[in-house]
This record gives sequence, C-alpha cells and structure tokens, in this order.
Amino acid sequence: MLHRPQSLDAALALLSGEGAVILAGGTDVYPGLRDGPPPATMVDLSALPGFRGITRAHGVWRIGAATTWSDAIRADVPPLFDGLKLAAREVGSVQIQNAGTVAGNICNASPAADGVPPLLALDAEVELLGPEGVRRLALSDFIRGPRDTALKPGELITAIVIADTPGQGAFLKLGARKYLVISIAMVGAVIAVEDGYISRARIAVGACSAVACRLPELETALRGAGPRDIAEIVATAAMPSLAPISDVRATAAYRSEAVRTLVTRTVLQAMEACDVA
Amino acid sequence: MSLDDLEGRIGFTLNGTAIHVQAAPTARLSQVLREQAGARDVKVGCNAGDCGACTVLLDGAPVCACLVAAGQADGRRIDTQAGLVANDPLAARLARAFQRHHAAQCGICTPGMMVAAVAFLRSGAVLTEASVSDALGGVLCRCTGYRSIIAAVLDVGDGAPETEGGVGASVERLDGWAKVSGTERFGDDVAPEDALTLRVIRSPFHRASFQFGDLDQFRDANGLDLILTARDVPGENRFGVIPGFEDQPVFAIDTTRFKGEAIAAVIGHADIVENLPDFPVTWEELPATLTPDDAQQAVLLHSDRADNVMCRGYVARGDAAAALKYAAHVVSGDFSTGFIEHGYIEPEAATVRRVGDRIEVQCCTQAPFMNRDGLARILGIAPDSVRILPTATGGGFGSKLDLSAQPFVALAAWLLRRPVRITYTRAESIASTTKRHPSQIRMEIGADANGRLTGARFDGTFNTGAYASWGPTVANRVPIHASGPYLTPNYEANSTGIHTNTAPAGAFRGFGVPQSAVAQEQLYDRLAEKLGMDRLEFRALNCLRNGDPTVTGQVFDTGMAIDACFDALRPHWQRVLREIAACNAGGTRRRRCGVGIAGGWYGCGNTSMSNPSTIRAGITSAGDLRLHQGAVDIGQGSNTVIAQIFAEALGVPLGAVTLLGADTDLTPDAGKTSASRQTFITGNAAKLCGEALRTQILRLGNVGEGATIHLADGALELAENGTTHRVALPRVEGYALEATESYDPPTTPLDANGQGAPYAVFGSAAQMAEVEVDCELGTVKLVRIIAAHDVGRAINPALAQGQIEGGIAQGIGLALMEEFLPGRTENLHDYLIPTIGDVPPITSILIEQGDPHGPYGAKGLGEHCLIPTAPAILNAITHACGARLHHLPATPDRVRAAILAQTGGAGR
Repeated sequence: MLHRPQSLDAALALLSGEGAVILAGGTDVYPGLRDGPPPATMVDLSALPGFRGITRAHGVWRIGAATTWSDAIRADVPPLFDGLKLAAREVGSVQIQNAGTVAGNICNASPAADGVPPLLALDAEVELLGPEGVRRLALSDFIRGPRDTALKPGELITAIVIADTPGQGAFLKLGARKYLVISIAMVGAVIAVEDGYISRARIAVGACSAVACRLPELETALRGAGPRDIAEIVATAAMPSLAPISDVRATAAYRSEAVRTLVTRTVLQAMEACDVA
Repeated sequence: MSLDDLEGRIGFTLNGTAIHVQAAPTARLSQVLREQAGARDVKVGCNAGDCGACTVLLDGAPVCACLVAAGQADGRRIDTQAGLVANDPLAARLARAFQRHHAAQCGICTPGMMVAAVAFLRSGAVLTEASVSDALGGVLCRCTGYRSIIAAVLDVGDGAPETEGGVGASVERLDGWAKVSGTERFGDDVAPEDALTLRVIRSPFHRASFQFGDLDQFRDANGLDLILTARDVPGENRFGVIPGFEDQPVFAIDTTRFKGEAIAAVIGHADIVENLPDFPVTWEELPATLTPDDAQQAVLLHSDRADNVMCRGYVARGDAAAALKYAAHVVSGDFSTGFIEHGYIEPEAATVRRVGDRIEVQCCTQAPFMNRDGLARILGIAPDSVRILPTATGGGFGSKLDLSAQPFVALAAWLLRRPVRITYTRAESIASTTKRHPSQIRMEIGADANGRLTGARFDGTFNTGAYASWGPTVANRVPIHASGPYLTPNYEANSTGIHTNTAPAGAFRGFGVPQSAVAQEQLYDRLAEKLGMDRLEFRALNCLRNGDPTVTGQVFDTGMAIDACFDALRPHWQRVLREIAACNAGGTRRRRCGVGIAGGWYGCGNTSMSNPSTIRAGITSAGDLRLHQGAVDIGQGSNTVIAQIFAEALGVPLGAVTLLGADTDLTPDAGKTSASRQTFITGNAAKLCGEALRTQILRLGNVGEGATIHLADGALELAENGTTHRVALPRVEGYALEATESYDPPTTPLDANGQGAPYAVFGSAAQMAEVEVDCELGTVKLVRIIAAHDVGRAINPALAQGQIEGGIAQGIGLALMEEFLPGRTENLHDYLIPTIGDVPPITSILIEQGDPHGPYGAKGLGEHCLIPTAPAILNAITHACGARLHHLPATPDRVRAAILAQTGGAGR
C-alpha cells in the first residue's frame, strides 16, 4: 500500500498506523530492501504541497522536507550555503540528486551521509511534526547514532531550519573514485572572515565517527587565524570527537591523518571564496 | 489523494502514450515498467541506484527507476530510451552519434547513458567533457572506458554513418542500432509472461553444513510449484570447464564450500517466490579458510587434491639460478592483488523451456556450445537435445563462460515442462560467480652491466576459490607469460592454484597475466633505475624481436612487434618526461606529476590445446547470403568483424551479408568468446569459408579469380573484363550454394619444462600513463594514457580502439580501486569500478605489421589492452612521488602509507 497524502493532517493520520514507512525520494528506502519486498505500507511525503524548496522568512532559512538535492543546487541562496550546494553535487549522481531529499539524507542517519557535515556547520535545526505537535531539535541532537534518529513513531520532518548568519560555506569529500562514491572522509565548513582573519569558524566532519560531528576545539583555535596559520592550527588541534574506523574504504590511521588535510583545505576553500567575493 | 482506492491501478504517460497498469504501487518503477508496461529497454543492473542502467525521465528529469515507487509515477510522464529515440529528433541524433562513435559495446548501459544524455542535451548546458561527465556520472559502463560515450554526446550532429567497407574500415557495429534504439534484448528481456520464477537458496557462510526441514510441506504451504535440491538432478550433479576438473555441484550436498553456494531452488509465481518466508534449512557454520596461506594446512576442500592444491604450472629455460647469481644487477619483490569482480552491468539471466524431449535455453553467455554440453551432462540427456539461444550479452569478460544460472532453470523447466526464468540479483551475481584470481607473487629479475636481461625467477600463488573453473588455465598461462614480451634467456616460473572457501576464481580478461605483469613491470622500473637507464629504453633494448626465443623456446620469424610498440611511444614518452620535469620543478610538493610505462603480451587462443572454430555460409535460391556466425558478440564486435572478414574473402559488400545466430541449432561451433581468439580463430574460419564459397561461385560461373560477384534476385552476376555473366541460382530447399570451413591454430604441447609452441599468435602492447598524485591525501588522478598495440592488422580500427579503451578502464580499476572481499563488497557501492570521471583521455596507436597466421594479418586484442595498464599506472605513481605499491589496489590510504614509508614517516 502506498499513500500519497496531500495535507499534513492526512500524513500524520497515515503515519499513526502500525508499521507505516516514510517514503520521499526512495534513494535510501529501496536500496535498504536488499532485493527484498517493499514494506507493506509506505507514506509518500514527496508530493505534500509546500514541502519543497528553500525559503527565507524572519531571518531564518527553511529547507522544506521534500526538497531534493537538485532543488538545493538550483536554489537562490547566499554563499553561506555554498558548502551544502557542493555537497549536493557530490550526492551519488544526477539521478540520485533529482530524487533524494535533504531531509531524507538526515533521517537515514548514515555516518557517511553527504548532507550532514555541511548542515551541522550551518547549525541546522530539524522541525518535527507529530501527534503531540511541533518541536525543534538541533541536528546534532536529532541524529543519535548510526541509522538512529530522535524521530518518534508517527512523527515526520517538516523542514530543516537554518539561521541566516554571515559566513561562507565550503565542502570537500574524499572518495576512491569520482562519482557515485561513499566518502572516506568529508568536511563541511562555514567560515566568517573579517579583515582577512577568521571571526567565526564552524567545521563538521563526516565518516570519521559514528555520527558526523563538529570540531569545537578547532573552531575556537581558528578564531583570529589568517590563511597562513590554518595548516599549523589544524595539524595540532585536538579533535576528540573523531574516532575513525577501518573499513572497506580506508584504514582508521589514514582517516585520522587525511581528515586534517581535508579540514585545512576546506577552511582555505572558504577563505579564498570570501576573498573573491 | 491517496492510492488506497487505486491499489493495483497506476496511470502514467509512457513515451507519449497514456497507459494504465495493474501493479503494486510500492513496487519499484523499473520492475513495473519492464514487467507490466513492456518497457524492457529499461535495464536493471543493481536495484540500488549504483549503476544507473534503469535511468528514465520522470517529468523530464533523469531518475533511477529502481528507486521510485511505481505509485509515485501516477499521473506523471515517463520517457525511456526507446521512446526518446522514436519520438525526439535530438535523441535520434544522439543514437546515430552513439553508432558513429562506437559508444555502445555490449549495450546494457546504453539506455541509461542515452536517457541521461538526452536530459543533459535538452538542458542547453555548455557542452564540455567535464559537463558531460557530470551529467553521465551516474551510469556505469564496464565495456567502453567511457571515452567514446563522451565523444558521442559532444558530437550530436549529422555526421555520415559508416556502414560499408571491408577489412580495415571502421564500419559501424552491424548489431549496433538495436542497442542505441532500445530494441536489443538481453538475458532477462526475453522472458515470456507465463514463465515461472526461480530463486536460488544459498549458503550464508563461507563454509557450513546444513540440513533441510520439511521441503514438501514448505512447497505446499506456500503454493510453490517445485523445490529443487541435489537429489533432483537427473544427470551428474557437477559441472566445470576444464576436462578432469568438473568439480562444482549444481546443488551442494550436506556441506557448502563458499558463501553464496547453491543448496536448493524454489520455483513458482513471481509474487510467491519474492515474498517467501524463511526457507526450511538449518545451518551449522564451520571453520573456513579464505587465503592460500591458511589453506595449505586446512581441511581439504576436495579429497583428491592434497594440500588444497588444485594444480601447478611450470616453465623453465636455461639456468635461472645461475643467471641471477652472476647478474650484475638483481631486483626482487613481493606483490599481491585481490579478487576482482567482472562487474558487467547485466546480471546473469536465463529463460528455459522444454520442447518435447529437448530443452531450449535463452541466456547471456560467452560459450554456447560449452554451456550446451555442460547442461546435457547435468540433465542426463544428449548434447544435441539441448539448444542454447544466446541473447545479447551485457558484458562477460570471462565470467559468462561458465554455467551459472542456467542449470537451475534448465532442471526446473525440464521437470515442470513449463518455461522458467531467473535473473540474478547484483548481490547474488557478485557473491556466487567467478572472479579474477587473487595473486601472491614473488619475482626476481637480473640484468648484466649493459642492461641486458640475464634471468628471471617467478613464483605465483593464485587463490582459485572453492572450485576449479578456469583455474588450471591461469596456472598454465601465467608461467608462459610472466617474463613479459622480453628476451629472457634463463627463466624459471612456478604457479600454484590453491583452493579456499571463497567464490570460484575463473576466467577474467587476461587469465592471470595482468597480475604477473604488475610484478614484472614494476621490477623492470627498479632494474632500469639501478642501471641508470631510461625506463622505455631498457624495455626496448630487451624486448623480443623476430627470431628471438620466448621462454617456452618458441621462435617467431615474423609478427613479433613489441619493439614497434615502444618505438611508437618513444616521442610521446620523451615529450611527457620533459613536461613532467618542468611541472614538478615549478609546482608544490603537494601535487606531483609522474609518467609510467609498461609492456605486455598475450597468446591468442587456448594454451597448447585444440580450439577450432567453424563458420558456415550459404546463398539461397533467391540470392540471399547468410552467414552462420556463432562467435558470440558480448560487445567486443565479433558480429561485425567476422562479417567484414567473410565479406572481404567472398568479395561482396558487407551490406550483402545477413547474420544468423548465435544458436547452437543454426550456427556451427565457433568456440568460446575468450582468450582473445574470435578475430584470430573464427576470423580465419570466416576467411576460409568466404574463400571456399567464392571458389564455388567462380567455378559455377566459369570465370577467373579476378571476377567480381554481385548477388542479384535469384541469380549471381559475375563481372570479368567488362563482361557480366548472369548465373541463375538452382531452385532448391535450403541453400543453393554453401560452404562450411574450420580453423584450428597450429600449436604444440609443452614438455615437462614448459617448452613448446603454446600459441600460434602473440599480440603485444605498450602503454604509458600520466598521473598526478596528491601526496598529502594519496589520491591519484589520471591525466592521460597512450596505448600502442600490436594488432597485426586492424579489421575494424574503431572497434579495436574500443577494446583498448575498455581494457584500460578495467586496468585502472585493477590498479586503483577494485577488490572483492567475500561477504563484504557484494554490491556496486562497496565494490567500486571506474566511473566516467575516472578514465582519462586515451590515445590509441595501432601497430599493423601483420601476422602470418592471422586472417588478413589480424591478431586478437581483447585481453592485451588490460595487461600493461595497471603496472604503467603504478610505475607512474612511483615516478611522481617515489612510493611503490606492491599490494593492490592502490587506494588513497595505501598510496599515502607508501609515501609515508618511503619518507620515513615525514610525509611531505
């Protein structure tokens, strides 16, 4: 059974049913079946009116829950979102970007989700709607572990909410081939620069811990840094939240080292973009 | 709107026509398009969005149909390859460009490629190589190496097709239009609506014992038509490809030897088979060995094979030990490579029906006659009671030589007297079919003070998995080839195939030679370095020339052209060396450029064994010329090349030839499509057949050798010296004139030291790879590859170029990213093959010095293309950053570790 509700009320009613699975772009739900049969009941949120697109109101950006990666690439948004846009281009392929949603990427809660580091760097919040009403959670609280989120039964994401702050987004993904690749490590950053020096750095790393995470010690250390200082600061900064593992894509030792190189490059990418702007 | 009330009824506009289908709205759109809407141009390669073969336009935007719920398409517009080519002039022009550029080889990825490309071309985006790559990055191709696809998308003009021409002309693929227009039919595409579906029950453990529960009860409770196990096999419950090594059971008995081995099969209606509860079997996992190091002390996989040794190979010439002892310079090293998955985009598929007391098998295959004989043995019937009708084959590369899915469906159809179909899932295909042998190689090579090779010693251990498959071929071939195409007067090579509890290792493009080249060609660079010689010049000095003995003592008086390959590369090599010196001098230490070179060779056809091909052709009373062409075209182009050779020999235009087959009832045995043998061996049979038919025709018309033949309506028109004779064709059933000819290459058996003439023809190649290494991250970006190939004579230069580019792409995968880990990388996102962004521009140079045995001088080419690629890349990495990679693949972590090791941990 596939339901395609046309209103939030209808969607909530359907999700209150036993075993209903949320479907949007399908780019994680179907591969997750591993050739098995689809769930008996799915609720498709991709056609909900007003659920798609990135909008700004009252100093806050809202990424509608049905916004696809292609929508994000085409969105008219400030350089703050450049990291998210770069990540969007690295999500699978054009086919995946056309179907897969930003919110779905969060809900899937893969340690290697391409969208999570740039959204963490944006201090994104998740707006949830359930039988008990609306609530908001920081993205870092929403994703609790690999494949584990704070989404309650019967709840759905309505939007990802991002405060409009100054800053330049950047993103780098490291993989073993060009397209359609799960990352070895990736870095999302939002950097605010004043007079050539970092006034605020927000940096998040993916695929190097069970859940993608920010690097608060480094962010503090980078305050006031100029481009020439970055490599040294990143090389020596504490990154206690990272705990990379060895898997089919790379060794833990490599990830530990490479992530610092990636962080340096991502921060510099953002600072260079500020320069050009 | 909810689809509650629409359960089972979905409406959409498919290729411009509004239709309704009965289907579960949660089903994958790809499946509904194929099974309910008849759109079998939508291909399914992975069911996970990893390959892009199922790409369709949904309201104009490309998506993977396997990830869309059918109900999500309700009320929307869907366009597929066939519809686009039929309805959109832009897509039709793209199809013609694909034909012109030979951008479809096997054709299984072509629907996905073309649909993605149409969306891109419609977008009006600027056409550059980078923008095309971004647009097509979501579709995997395993045949072409992508370069021809990029060229086609960049050239959607109105170029003239090349459809005529004899030997030496880049004629468009004769079977190509079906592939670019969406009408080609692959293994799963021919299944009839009333076929039952079969699913195989497989071992979840590397080694396990098992006991069935109540199978009859399970069958009846679930409404299955049949459950098959070993006891249902009427003939012999075993198969294989090498005489004496038929050791693989159709269904395991009591114990399984690898993860993915079949123990049973269930047959019934698709919706029943796809929704079954757990199969009644109890497993007990047993200790397993996955590597040869462990296997020699482990429990025997086959009781008659001591130490789990499947077989050994040996070649010795001169005194290698003495030569190495007294050599001025000696280098040695240990090297290893992993399992490589063939990664064709079409999973194994077969449909079988019983016709009286015969069985008809439609399947993708590389070896119809071997399949026929193997199935006859399993079914306990005569070989001529089995008919194999190969469908288009969506890539093979060696693995579709072996039986895979066919025995299960053949048994079921035989017993049920109903058509039965199966298509492997991607996971099943990767887990259960053959792989390239992992290798552990130790090699030692010596040279004199002048840089002349004096001797080499090679010891290779190959993990052949649970069953023999083509393991004996690898064990035999490698010692013959491990010297590379170089004069090596003193030589000793040992190879051993070891059984482990893994999927069988079998045939994969090169049969072990790419692995040995990784060792030998890297050591050559180290020797050149010790000698202070240029790496190309060291190879050119030592390469085999006409009159030199090979390591088996075989001497070619003509046709050995590896020296010409190096000569052709020399100006490029010298230029690139200068460019790289400048680049590295001016640039940062972070990005370093490098260039590497490697040679390779490969003997065409079976090793010291008869492997004839037969070609038949006839002319009907009406004047139709039919070529019974049984050399299966798996994308490499035999349908075109064999026809070109035949037409040239007969002396008629290519357009006069109608192809029949492959079909074991209609086409004589042209052998298997492997060992780079079809152009050479079947090509010779086609040439002899064309010549024989020509002789008959000229005799019939009583005209001389120089007469031209024109096939007219019911007659032959023979022109000679300005006069045309019209010869009426006799009115007969069947053929008015026909000829059947065979060719078997002259070889001799090898003696105890591996001395003899194992192949009538060797082809050789040299390639150079330019790379950029990011020394901080260990990532390798390929900049360009230049490939010089000694093809004897290019029957169809464009097809030859396609083989080179596709082989190089597989070499790139071997070098940089591919490794199958049993139980861990059974999909196409953990097992990585190169995408369109991973294959750099390739320049192909065809060396055409002829060959005394080849038809019109042509040699085989398919496997040669891959052999030098990986070592050339590895040598380039070393040139760039000093790090040497002995253990493949050279993933970023391994490259970075090698850089750190070489700089003592300092790294930068």
